[in-house]
Amino acid sequence: MVESEKTETVLKGIGGSPGICIGKAYIVDREGVDLIKRYPISLERVPAEINRFKNAVKVAKDGHSAVIESLGTDLSDQLGILETHLALFKDKMLYGKTIETIKTDMINAEWALKKVSHEIKSMFMKFNDEYLKSRVMDIMQVSEQVMRHLVGAQDIKIADINKRVILVAHDLSPADTSQIQLEHIKGFVTDRGGKDSHTGIIAKSLAIPAVMGLDNATQLVENDDILIVDGSSGILIINPEEDTLFSYEERRAAYEAQQASLARDSHLPAVTLDGVRFTLMANMEMVEEVVSVRDNDAKGVGLFRTEFLYLYLKRFPSEDELFEKYKEVVELLTPMPVTFRTLDINGDKVLPYMKTIEEENPALGLRAVRFCLQRPEIFITQIKAVFRAAAFGKAKLLIPMISCVEEIIQVREVIEKAVQELKGENKIFNRDIPLGIMIEVPSAVIIAEDLADYVDFFSIGTNDLIQYSMAIDRRNRQVAHLYHPMCPALIRMVKMVVDAAGKKNIDVAMCGEMAGDPFNLPVLMGLGLTELSMNPMSIPRINQMVRRLNAHDTEEFTKNVLNIGRAVDIVAMVRENYGDILDK
Amino acid sequence: MESLTDMIRKVFVKNSLGLHARPAAMITRMAGKAEKTIWIVDGEKRADASSVIDILTLNAGKGTSLSIETESENDIDVLNDLAKFFESGFGEDGDG
Repeated sequence: MVESEKTETVLKGIGGSPGICIGKAYIVDREGVDLIKRYPISLERVPAEINRFKNAVKVAKDGHSAVIESLGTDLSDQLGILETHLALFKDKMLYGKTIETIKTDMINAEWALKKVSHEIKSMFMKFNDEYLKSRVMDIMQVSEQVMRHLVGAQDIKIADINKRVILVAHDLSPADTSQIQLEHIKGFVTDRGGKDSHTGIIAKSLAIPAVMGLDNATQLVENDDILIVDGSSGILIINPEEDTLFSYEERRAAYEAQQASLARDSHLPAVTLDGVRFTLMANMEMVEEVVSVRDNDAKGVGLFRTEFLYLYLKRFPSEDELFEKYKEVVELLTPMPVTFRTLDINGDKVLPYMKTIEEENPALGLRAVRFCLQRPEIFITQIKAVFRAAAFGKAKLLIPMISCVEEIIQVREVIEKAVQELKGENKIFNRDIPLGIMIEVPSAVIIAEDLADYVDFFSIGTNDLIQYSMAIDRRNRQVAHLYHPMCPALIRMVKMVVDAAGKKNIDVAMCGEMAGDPFNLPVLMGLGLTELSMNPMSIPRINQMVRRLNAHDTEEFTKNVLNIGRAVDIVAMVRENYGDILDK
Repeated sequence: MESLTDMIRKVFVKNSLGLHARPAAMITRMAGKAEKTIWIVDGEKRADASSVIDILTLNAGKGTSLSIETESENDIDVLNDLAKFFESGFGEDGDG
């Protein structure tokens, strides 16, 4: 194609990490298996075709072994997955069957491999089993690595990239991401993945713009095409026209100027105009995000989601494995506190290796603390790891999904058991850390005063609280319009929790998505909340908003809000009273 | 000549995660030493013990009763090693 014929193409995906970047495309792999050609081969050609296949497997397998050897011991978590991959290269069902298919169908190796791997895929998908379904990913990744060598596309070594580029990939495996020299990457574009995928989280924590879930970007983009990645709105523009380029260049500059100005002021104390001090904390999930927590001047971690290690290892981690990770985070952030929320699974994060009974309503089922109390050995292991990590810095323990007093009493019994075990094992630990509960079930709001007798702090989880109080399945588009943080029921519930905590003299924080949106700040401030935990990147903006507001004014304002019955009216009131400050 | 029953071992999947990818990979390594094909059998389903993919399709969770079969008396040692490996719960569920 001649340069001048390239036309501007706009693709809409998912914003994986905000920001705008403009640069040249660097394609990591383009063979979504759909591009594979099919052609017949003659009988005489069969042995040569089989050799070609065997050779591709050998090269791919050797390359894979080299990746394993190059990984340091700090990446030992990933080794399990990679070594399973190694075993798959010569698996009879994949390797043997492909050779057989070349012979019997007299067909090219690429097509035979595609056919066989798709047969395996459909066979595995028939089992309604999450573990097996995710093994399909492993098999497909191995088959794609072989395919890459068969089709002759040069196997690009991500580690060798030495110019600043925008990485375009079908998908990035943990092996890929561990090799990338991130300082060379301007942005990420992937066909697969979403906001919470491994690549998304890494991109976010390093503040690299990313657009994901584009389906076929790798087929539409050519190497060295000029790309605009708008990670804030999830848009990818290929070969932009001059006008588009110009306007995005301006937007990029404006975005970066805004980020810079926020960053410049983010170290300023978050104190309102009338002197009320706020504690702005970060939500995090992976150790890598510590960088982002520090860069955005968080005052600690208000919510450390602990599911990642369980999902990643695909088995229950041992106490020592958990301890090592927790200790690392606590030490890196010391003297700031890290709030460990114990395992919250089965609602929206199912452990594929746990064969659970099919639940009609998983969000209302055996999840979080309910699951942990039923499997105390898993719960104790985690609590012990947190107490041991607490000896190396500042930690807090946070229990999700508490819905009644009995549960918190049981939790405290489990904690006692964990302490006894630690004593018996002569391990170094610190159990004198604050114990808190998530307030995310409406029943907990109503009995908040009773619950307060057993804990040191509350943390309001608005995502679930909205879902449960409005009876909305968050992922159901039909009812998603009802999901609104400014709904009067939610605002009044938050008030009840803050009041209960005040009366019982315990701390209260908020850690849901609601806390990170500046629009909600006047109301939250007016309700008396002063500790908010959010996505680290939201902190500078919220900090700026805090400094522009007057706490006493918001209190008066919120008194009026509490009398309003419709969410739209509340939104209009916030706009009318605080629109200027919000838009500034 | 060994009798036919000597060439079969009855085993149970003992570990909580079931016969998942890691033990399957170990099994293929052990079965690779055999002269002939070793089969892992669950009722009518038969899996070639030298294939991770085939073993996974048994979808054998905790408590599944399986038999391991060989076609050659020279593979009895491999058969016994595999039975021991099942017996040990694949060396899992130890700590944590």
